[in-house]
Amino acid sequence: MSQGSGLSLLGRLNNSANALGFIFMLPAAAILLVFLTYPLGLGMWLGLTDTKIGRDGVFVGLENYKSLAEDSVFWLSVFNTVFYTAVASFFKFFLGLWLALLLNENIKFKSFMRAILLLPWIVPTTLSAIAFWWIYDSQFSIISWVLVKAGLIDKYINFLGDGWNARFSVIAANIWRGIPFVAISLLAGLQTISPSLYEAATIDGASPWQRFRHITYPLLTPIIAIVMTFSVLFTFTDFQLIYVITRGGPVNATHLMATLSFQRAIPGGQLAEGAAIAMAMVPFLIGAILISFFGLQRRAWQQGTKD
Amino acid sequence: MASVTIGQVQKYFGQTHIIKGVSIDIDDGEFCVLVGPSGCGKSTLLRMIAGLEEISGGQISIGAKVVNDMPPKERDIAMVFQNYALYPHMTVRDNMAFSLMLAKKDKATIEAGVGKAADILGLRPLLDRYPRQLSGGQRQRVAMGRAIVRDPQVFLFDEPLSNLDAKLRVAMRTEIKELHQRLKTTSIYVTHDQIEAMTMADKIVVMRDGIVEQTGTPLQLYDHPANQFVAGFIGSPSMNFLPGTVKGSQVELEGGAMLPMPTNARAVEGQKVVYGTRPEHIDMATDSDGVATEVVVVEPTGADTQVFTKIAGVEVTSVFRERHDFKPGAMIRLKPDPTRAHLFDAASGVRLVA
Ligand SMILES: Nc1ncnc2c1ncn2[C@@H]1O[C@H](COP(=O)(O)OP(=O)(O)OP(=O)(O)O)[C@@H](O)[C@H]1O
Ligand SMILES: [Mg+2]
Repeated sequence: MSQGSGLSLLGRLNNSANALGFIFMLPAAAILLVFLTYPLGLGMWLGLTDTKIGRDGVFVGLENYKSLAEDSVFWLSVFNTVFYTAVASFFKFFLGLWLALLLNENIKFKSFMRAILLLPWIVPTTLSAIAFWWIYDSQFSIISWVLVKAGLIDKYINFLGDGWNARFSVIAANIWRGIPFVAISLLAGLQTISPSLYEAATIDGASPWQRFRHITYPLLTPIIAIVMTFSVLFTFTDFQLIYVITRGGPVNATHLMATLSFQRAIPGGQLAEGAAIAMAMVPFLIGAILISFFGLQRRAWQQGTKD
Repeated sequence: MASVTIGQVQKYFGQTHIIKGVSIDIDDGEFCVLVGPSGCGKSTLLRMIAGLEEISGGQISIGAKVVNDMPPKERDIAMVFQNYALYPHMTVRDNMAFSLMLAKKDKATIEAGVGKAADILGLRPLLDRYPRQLSGGQRQRVAMGRAIVRDPQVFLFDEPLSNLDAKLRVAMRTEIKELHQRLKTTSIYVTHDQIEAMTMADKIVVMRDGIVEQTGTPLQLYDHPANQFVAGFIGSPSMNFLPGTVKGSQVELEGGAMLPMPTNARAVEGQKVVYGTRPEHIDMATDSDGVATEVVVVEPTGADTQVFTKIAGVEVTSVFRERHDFKPGAMIRLKPDPTRAHLFDAASGVRLVA
């Protein structure tokens, strides 16, 4: 270290991991700044004006947010979004974990089953949304048809015409669409757990449930945290499924913040109000990210220098 | 503590026959080493004893109980894995306490059990570390600690030292042996390293291709190998094998050189045989006896000198206590000690004894 004074600037940079790291980070930071911060900033600014389509607005302060606070449709969309995200994420997590555990066992046609599992994910969302639209159709619904034929119900179910029915219908579609991501990611996580740990635990006297509880679950938590953060973010900002299946109806019962924002801004022409609704999503998203940030912090057992 | 009896055990993986009728009796408190080349089925047999693999045929008993259909946790065994299989998210303390915790022992009992094992293995200062923060040798010790804590009837080891460097391996070898002398728990130890087998075992079981070639104490196997395979496997450097034919009271090697018959061997005139002699049982000879050989390489180790020579194209290793400085290509005369040499049937490999 005493010879450090004689080194060139480059030499000193080389010795300082922080400075070097900063330089390597610059290109990525620049890209983030241009492509992420600019639209976000523009949205934030629009939310503080009274811009309409075809007319530049002037700065109006928090006017848009004040009117949103008294807008019952906006609050309904907030409720819908939180409900949609909570219920769908809950089921995606448990069903996804269950499927991952199942596919991690030595079952027949393993790779075939894994490929099948990915199907909902590789079909374009709009396409699967249209399929669901048909499944839920009031006259041609296959579900209603089967149930009627089986004699379980005598009248076709009004899937998309009733508020709560519609909510659960779109949630079901979202779960179907989101499970592959959760299941495949968790499966990848499961496969990093050495089988000999399970053997050691078996010899130590652990039952299958105890093996899950004391080995699988703790070792999987870092991956669960990442996967569920992404899943929650995707679900919270969902747009396509709703827009194709219900367009927010009936009577706004399935409007999410994202669809309401679009509805007000583009077809409705109220760009500023749409932007304000979109901005109102940010605190929720930051909340979700913060939770996962703390959840994701490296646990003590992951630290250390060996290997 | 308990004896372990393995009777005519078979194992199939699908159609593949892996263990082909293995029988071993291990006495209470004995240290038994299963040794054999890679892929011979040692680990599979050990895992069948542990209950991690199903038994396709035959019977395994621990103590007086047949354990064929008993789940691992009821067999009262502990196993040390080759990769240690420490739970990465638990401290050393929790790793060792895991089995006691599952058995719903109270806090004080767990604390005492872990403390005792930690003292035996010198793990006290490491109790609050995670496996990642340990060296290979320390991990190995924790894996043994986890086994000791349970105070089982039988210890099973599957190549526990193969991930350690040579020096540590020798140290841990001694440590495991001391541990066994102290705890006197029946132990079954799998390795493919014959030196480990020789130095640690009360009883060695040599396996090949799913069958037992020979069972015995280390010195029995060294002095009286049942066949050419065991003779070549046990001992280092390994035994020299010289193909030849019986001619009267001598063996004629392929190049025409004559060696006296091993003292305790019996073979019929003209029988195709293999003459076996260990490197440490070969002496320098005078011009009048022994066979002429050509020096290939000389390797002095300080304590002794290893000389590699060729007799009629067959390489022969000899070890001398005294120092020699032969030049490659020089001709020297060597003389195997007939009282300690062996004769094997060339076709079957069986040792021919009088
Ligand atoms: N689950 C399995 N399915 C099919 N074949 C297997 C399975 N496990 C082991 N085998 C085969 O059984 C044979 C014996 O394997 P085993 O692991 O017992 O060998 P080993 O004697 O322990 O060898 P090593 O010294 O290399 O550990 C090998 O040929 C192996 O390919
Ligand atoms: Mg093995």
